Amino acid sequence: MKLISEFSKGFIKENPVFVMALGLCPTLAVTSSVQNAIGMGLAATFVLVCSNLIISIIKKLIPDKIRIPSYIVVIASFVTIVDMVMNAYFPAIHKNLGLFIPLIVVNCIILGRAEAFASKNNVIKSIADGLGMGLGFTLALIVIGGIREVLGAGQFLGHPILPATYKPVLVAILAPGAFIVMGLLMGLMNKFKK
Amino acid sequence: MEFISKIFALAVAAIFVQNFVLMRFLGLCPYIGVSKKLDSALGMGMAVIFVMTMASTFTWLIQTYLLIPLKIDFLQTIAFILTIASLVQLVEMIIQKTAPSLHKALGVYLPLITTNCAVLGVAILNINNKLSFIEAILNGLFAGVGFTLVLVLMAGIREKLDKAEIPKAMKGMPIAMIVAGCMALAFLGFSGLKI
Repeated sequence: MKLISEFSKGFIKENPVFVMALGLCPTLAVTSSVQNAIGMGLAATFVLVCSNLIISIIKKLIPDKIRIPSYIVVIASFVTIVDMVMNAYFPAIHKNLGLFIPLIVVNCIILGRAEAFASKNNVIKSIADGLGMGLGFTLALIVIGGIREVLGAGQFLGHPILPATYKPVLVAILAPGAFIVMGLLMGLMNKFKK
Repeated sequence: MEFISKIFALAVAAIFVQNFVLMRFLGLCPYIGVSKKLDSALGMGMAVIFVMTMASTFTWLIQTYLLIPLKIDFLQTIAFILTIASLVQLVEMIIQKTAPSLHKALGVYLPLITTNCAVLGVAILNINNKLSFIEAILNGLFAGVGFTLVLVLMAGIREKLDKAEIPKAMKGMPIAMIVAGCMALAFLGFSGLKI
């Protein structure tokens, strides 16, 4: 029962993007289309689950003083793996995400979960937490990406869904649209939380 | 002459056209987090300029003289993040010994810079865009200046925003995001510049 709550808290209650405002850079940068959002979300989820797994196993071996550099090395190793796998099997998404794949290393969600959760809990719980947080992050990316793609291109996942007479609001898929959509969504979350 | 015009183009691109924060979405956490007060924004900006320039220098040297000759450039991400982390630590120690007053002013912000994705971002971009050594150092410097510019502008706006009447749900982060959006819209105007 507890395991399920560790898993599900990442979706709404402790959603890393909307509630905790972590990992803003990739959130805004890759959400110009839903496809990119899913690619980024799943890549980050993989790194999060693997790094949580390893860190919860070796947490007793790491001296307290050098724990942050050790976590970063673990995370960076998995990011390198993701980078190579995506380059080999999904070259189109890899090219779109570009710089932001190596930058998963400095995504504060991953280091944050390592420090706040995996370094204190057992392996099974850490995996559940990593999976939940990662999928919560993916969900947030899909929501933002969906709004921006529908408004800015009249499409969802590349399929036109709005009538041809709809004139796309181009600004939504450009940089300013990312900030404005994010700001409005955060405001909406605040409104319903109270 | 050609060199100077190239440097000028690099500066305009890094500061305005491809601004790291507003156009490339790098370094957003400190941009939103440290822009509440003008003087702390300035302190953070200075620290970032310094670390970005140093990081560009060292990561370029490591990539060219260590990773490529040994054919281990797939370790780029790990090598760069470790370089930046140790660089930040070193800078902190040096400043603490030599300029205690500056250390007091920057103190809290220095460790935060390790996880500032703009620093790792500029290091990787230097390599991806195949810049020469001098260009890489200057690109780091200009990217830091661009970061500081928008951070200070944002802090100025947010100090005024404190006194404005804003719907309760939009206070804090949400309105900061909208303001950032408006600034990005203004910076989008620079994208027509051709040098």
